[in-house]
Parts: sequence; C-alpha cells; structure tokens
Amino acid sequence: MSLLSVEDLRLSFGGLAAIDGLSFSVDEAEIVSVIGPNGAGKTSAFNCVTGFYRPTSGRITLRDKNLLGLRPSAVAGLGVARTFQNLRLFGELSVLDNVRAGSHLWLRQSVLDALLHTPRYRRSERECTEQAHHWLDFVGLRGDRYGAARNLPYGEQRRTEIARALARRPDLLLLDEPAAGLNHGEKEEMLDLIRRIQGLGVAIVLIEHDMGLVMEVSERVVVLNFGKEIADGRPEDVRENPAVIEAYLGSDAHA
Amino acid sequence: MTQLVWNGLFVGSFYALVALGYSMVYGIIKLLNFAHGDLYMLGAFVGFAILGAVGGVSPSMALPLLLVVLLATMVVTGLAGVALERIAYRPLRRAPRLSLLITAVGASFALEYGMRAVAGADPQVYPVRLGGTAMEVLGARLTLQQLVLMGVAVVLMIALNLLVTRTREGRAMRAIALDPRTSALMGINVNSVISRTFFVGSALAGAAGVMAGAYYGKIDFMMGFLIGLKAFTAAVIGGIGNIPGTMLGGLLLGLLESFGTYWLGGEWRDVFAFGVLILFLTVRPTGLLGERVTERV
Amino acid sequence: MSTTKVRRLGTDKPPTRASRLMRNKWAGTAGLLIALLAPFVDATPYALSIMTSAAIAVMLAAGLNIVVGYCGLLDLGYVAFFAVGAYTSGVLATRFDLPLLATVPIVIVVTVIAGIIIGAPTLRLRSDYLAIVTLGFGEIIRITANNLDVTGGPSGIYGIPHLVENKVLFYYVTVVVVSLAVLGAARLGRSRLGRAWRFVREDEDAAEAMGVHTYRVKLAAYIAGAVWGGLAGVLFASQLSAISPGSFTFLQSALVLMAVVLGGMGSMPGVVIGAVVISLLPEVLRGLADYRFLLFGILLIIVMLLRPQGLWPARSKEVS
Repeated sequence: MSLLSVEDLRLSFGGLAAIDGLSFSVDEAEIVSVIGPNGAGKTSAFNCVTGFYRPTSGRITLRDKNLLGLRPSAVAGLGVARTFQNLRLFGELSVLDNVRAGSHLWLRQSVLDALLHTPRYRRSERECTEQAHHWLDFVGLRGDRYGAARNLPYGEQRRTEIARALARRPDLLLLDEPAAGLNHGEKEEMLDLIRRIQGLGVAIVLIEHDMGLVMEVSERVVVLNFGKEIADGRPEDVRENPAVIEAYLGSDAHA
Repeated sequence: MTQLVWNGLFVGSFYALVALGYSMVYGIIKLLNFAHGDLYMLGAFVGFAILGAVGGVSPSMALPLLLVVLLATMVVTGLAGVALERIAYRPLRRAPRLSLLITAVGASFALEYGMRAVAGADPQVYPVRLGGTAMEVLGARLTLQQLVLMGVAVVLMIALNLLVTRTREGRAMRAIALDPRTSALMGINVNSVISRTFFVGSALAGAAGVMAGAYYGKIDFMMGFLIGLKAFTAAVIGGIGNIPGTMLGGLLLGLLESFGTYWLGGEWRDVFAFGVLILFLTVRPTGLLGERVTERV
Repeated sequence: MSTTKVRRLGTDKPPTRASRLMRNKWAGTAGLLIALLAPFVDATPYALSIMTSAAIAVMLAAGLNIVVGYCGLLDLGYVAFFAVGAYTSGVLATRFDLPLLATVPIVIVVTVIAGIIIGAPTLRLRSDYLAIVTLGFGEIIRITANNLDVTGGPSGIYGIPHLVENKVLFYYVTVVVVSLAVLGAARLGRSRLGRAWRFVREDEDAAEAMGVHTYRVKLAAYIAGAVWGGLAGVLFASQLSAISPGSFTFLQSALVLMAVVLGGMGSMPGVVIGAVVISLLPEVLRGLADYRFLLFGILLIIVMLLRPQGLWPARSKEVS
C-alpha cells in the first residue's frame, strides 16, 4: 500500500483547467519530485493535497484515508506537512515560536493548565521548546533563534520553515521549491538535509526547478505540463523521455 | 404598498450613491474606507456652509441653486477624499491590513469630531428645504423634489458606470483592481489613479450628503456613521467592488428597510438592516453580483 | 521522536534577557502597588469612581487585546459584550433579587453564547469584513437594549445592588478582579492557544498547514474576549448600579480599541498603560473636552503611521 495516492485529480479555476487528470503515488519514506514548466499545476496539486484547494474531481488518500474535503489543519493532523513556495514564516514571531507551531498538535495542555501554570503546562512548554531546538539543530540553523524570524537571512528562513514542518513530525512532507534562491553551497546542504529527512522515515514530495538536485535526490519523478501528467518514472528514464524534453525545450515541429 | 416601494427606492438611491464610493475604493485597493460615511457628512456641511454664504434665496430658485452647490460640494469632498488617502492611507498601503483599518477608524473619528469642533454638537437646519407638494402616482405619495433628487442620483450613477466601463481611466482602475504591480509595470500611474478613485467616490458621497441635508433638513456631525454602515451593507448585498451590483444593493437595502420597518416598526429598522448584512455575509459573502474568487496560496 | 538532549549550534547562549523579563514582572507588581496605594493618596468618592472606572477600562482593554492584539481580529463592537455582561447581571439582579455575585456564572455562560453567536458567522469572513460586522453587532445589541422592555428601554435599569457597599472596598475588589483578568489573559497569551492566536494573526494559511484549526482558534479568542468584556460589565453595573444603552455606544468600543492600539497591540503591559492613559486623560485635559475625540482620532492615525507597535510594544525577542 502506498502512503499517498492521488488519482485522476482535476482542478479548474472558472473553466480553466489547472490540473487535468493527475495521478501519482508516493511510498513510505520515498522521495518523489514533481517537475514541469511554470504554470504546469505543481503548486496547485500541492494545494489540493493539503486541503487549500478543493479539486473539481479525483481521489486523494493517505494510507487509504480520504483527504478530499478536509480542511488543511485536518490534513496536517493526519501527518502531512508542507512548506510554501514563497516562504510563509510567522515573521514577527521568534524563530523558536515558528518551530513551536509544528508542535501545536502534539501539546497536551488545556486552557486551565495555562491559566494556573500547572506542572503539566510547564512540562509541555519545556518539551515544546526542546523539540523546537532539536529540529533547528537538525536543519542546522546557525542564526539567532530568539529573535524575529524575518530578521534571518533568506537561506536560514528556508531552513526554519523546514524545521517547522518537521516539528509536525509528519509521515509525508511536501517541499515547494526548497532550493529556490539558494546559492550553490546552500543547495548542497539542502540536498543533504532532504536525505537526512528521508532517513527519519519521512516520505517527501518535492517541487523543484533545479534539475541537478531533482535528478540527484529523487527516486521517482512526475512530470506535469499544462496540468497534464506527461511522465512518471525513474529520473534517468524521465530525462530521456521525448515528451519531457519537448515540454521543456519545445519541439522542432512546433517551432 | 406602492408607497413602501417608492420610499424604499428613494432611500435606496442615497444608500447606493454612498455605497458606490465604498465599493470603488474597496474594489481597487481592498481597503474598507471606514471614513467614507463621514465624507457624506462633510458633504452635507460643506453644502450647508456654501448655502449659508450665498444667503437667502427665493423658493423658485432653490432647486437650480442646489444643483450648483451640489457640484461645488462634490469638488470639495472629492479633494478631501484625495487628501485623506494621501495622508492616512497611502503610507500604509503595504502595511498589515489591521493597521490600515485602524487608521481608517482614526480618520473617521477625526472627521466626526473635527466637524463637531467646527460646527458644534447640535444639529444644523439646512437653509434650503425641499418640501414641495406631493402628488399621487400609482397610489404612492411622492414629491417633485424626490423625483429630482432620485434623478440626480441616477444620472451620477450612470456617469460613473460610463467612466468605469468606457474610458481609459476606468480601464486603468480595473487593471489596478486586478493587479496593481503589473499595472504599474504597464505604465499606469497607480498612485494617481487611486487618488482619482478616491476623488470620484468621495465626490459621490458628498453629493449624497447635500441631497440628504436638503431633503431631511437637519444635519449633524454623526450623520455619516449610520449611513456608512448602511452603505457597506448595500455594497455587500450587491457584491463589493462591483459597480452595478452596488447600485442594486443600495436599492435593495432601501426596499428591505422600507418593508422591514413596516412589519417590525421603525425602532427595529437598523437591527433589521444589520441582520440582513450578517445573513448575506454568512450565506453569500460575495453578494448578488460579485464573482467568487479563489484566493491563491 | 524522542526528545534528544539539546545541542545548540550557532548561538550557544540564549540572550541574557532575564533583565527584560524582570522588567515585566516588576512592571506588573509596580502597577498593582500603585493601584493598591492610590486610595491612600486620594479617597474622595470622585477619585475612587475615576480609579474604579480606570480599572474596569483596563479589564476591557485586556479582553480586547486578546482579540485584536493576539489574534489580529479587528473588533469594532467590543462594547457589545460589556453590555451583555452588564445587562445580564443587572436584569437578573433586579428582577430575581439575586445577589450580584450569583449572576457571575450566568453572565459567563451568556457571554460565551453571545461570543459564539456573533463570532460563528463572522469569523469565516475576511478580516476587514469582520470589523464592520462587529460594529453592526455592537449597534444591534445597543438598539435591542434600547427597544426591549426587559432591559428598561432607553432609561435602562437602575437599583442594581452593589457587589460590596463600601466604595473603597469595591475599588479593591475591582483591582483584584482586574489584576487576575490581566494575568489570566497574559498567561493565555503564553500558552499553546495563545501561540496559535499569533500564528493566525501572522499567517492564517501557514497556521492551518501546521494543524491549527484557525476557525476554532479565532472563535476561542472571540469567546475569551467576550467573557472578559462581560465580567467587566458586571463590575460596571455594580459600580454605577444603573445602566442604560447610552453607556454602550460605538464611542466606547473605539476608546477601548484606542487604548489597545496606543499601548501596543499584543503587549499586556502596554495595553494596561494605554487603558489607564485613555481613561485618565479626560481628567487631565479638562479644558480640551470638546477636542478630546478629535485628538484621539488624529492620535490613532499618527500612532499607526509612526509607531504601529504602540507605546510599550510586544517584543518578538524571546527570553529563555
């Protein structure tokens, strides 16, 4: 049984088909990349899986549990975490607080605990902070953890966002262009980080434009073009696929 | 029955006129100009001041004079709207929405109590009163003045609609509503178009203010508060940001109030109107003619 | 995932900000001390009534701070909950001869229900719609109180029993209740729920993606604000022993908002100071009575333009 299964997903905005019959699946602890030209519907597909968009039709299941029609927080509750294409950190809050957001569903404290500062409150707050530090260590954050997240350099903000998603302790992590805007050294580190996340037993779906990174890290690649799936296979096969080459480079016949 | 319809349409045309400014500004920069109702109040007072300066007029000249005053007032409130945007809103255009809303509340306060400081807390009596003789049309009592005021409202609304749908200016407004950044890249001077939008919207509110002053006879510094709320309600009913929708919403709200008052009694009129607002926002937040928008993540 | 021993990279030491934490604690204690000692300076009935009103204003501001400051929801009709609390306890106390204290649990229940009724349909809306709708609700509550017989119509309810007869004692009771309310609100702000409020304020989508049920969290903020406002209403009813719709106008909501914005949205110490300043200002600026609200309006704009974080801002810098 695969972890995530997307079947015949369709999504349209006012008659315009953004996704037109997408099917793919992700196994436990597998890394699958979704690639395609800009506007191919990659991020839209992420938004469908995570509950931000309601697809026109199709099936999305996580370990045979239906995700369709659930609100994003419920999808997150089932073990799906994500990052956003344009960083969506809580800018005014501290880096630690950002990562604490990932622990939200794990914390066991009631309003009464909080009002009375019971031992249970203190324990859960301490655990939450330790977890946050743990995940920031894991992603290798060097910057100030106590200051506002918006003051971090760009690359560090990317790491923080991933740490926040990991603190959710997901089974499936959706990364939307994690390497965008990173320099060469940072990309290498991102590659390493993605592998280490896989090492935790987390499956990863990756949207990425950097083909080097995609070919290096993915076990499977799904290629989208104009909302349609044009290839699904091992990186080396996809690279040779004529349809993919055409989508990326255009074919002579059309030129 | 016809009387109720007529009253509703008449009040509704006022609502529509004020609601249009609300709706235009919201459509373009997604700001609820909380002070919009107070521009209506400002219009009433500016008209009052001009009429006072002109001095006494014979009743036969009242209507033409009023039209001239109307135009002058529109210019003044229009400029006031432009100034408001320039001073209070423009510096915050990229700030969190909450800041902008709070500024708008502050602007509303400043206008209301600024006017109170200038003109006093007591209601003022309008020097020109459009009473007029009533006539019977299809069983409803209506006056020539009511007809003229409604006519003015309709003309203004048609002019606005032409401006937005037929002119270069209107096209620029619609472009900014869709995407301000791309519009700027395409060579549209976004700031000046927004300024002109505020001018037009505020001028319409000012016109409504003068008309209300002349019709009801009494004005006070808080008169914009309630109509601001009502205008927002009208805009929401029709579909905020949508101009024909807003006009429809204004008339509809007028009718609803008219019938609501008849059934429930005058003291419940405002409760009824806000109830309608909440109902609409719950059931159909995009309004009757508004389009559904999917917000992008 | 087991919690491994924390090994910090980069910043080895948390910033030595203990002093700032102390500052907050000290500020709280100092504020409380000032409030407790004030009657020794001036205990005329007039001064006591001003001080009691200021304390009640602090409670309102603390409640609104939960909604506006923590959660980022602009509520322009906050006084509605104040009214619901005051009227509920007033009506129960005068019609059924209940002691005021006995009405408190009922007030809590009623304000929670009011919070749900007002919040449930509106919290799904865009934030700016919410502002106007709450304003509309504020008006609905006031007009309803004005129209109904059970609430005494325009003249309101009078002869509400005092919580405690002695004015000085009542002031102290108020200070204790308000202090607990402020402390409670601040503690909520530092809890799981309070963090969720701030996540919602900062970025609703990102909060959802982390598993925060944003609608429920917003409703919780709204209900908490409602309860704080309602309890402040009980204090108010007890203080004046007479309430009428005129006390619950939009102006009141705006003043509470002003206190929150001026003090610093999301910052409890700031908001407390803001509320005290706003309620004492008219006493200081007697001569400017006519210009007071004009000044407030201009001040709101200036604060937003020049210092949106308020006088005593909430800090994002964290103490460890």
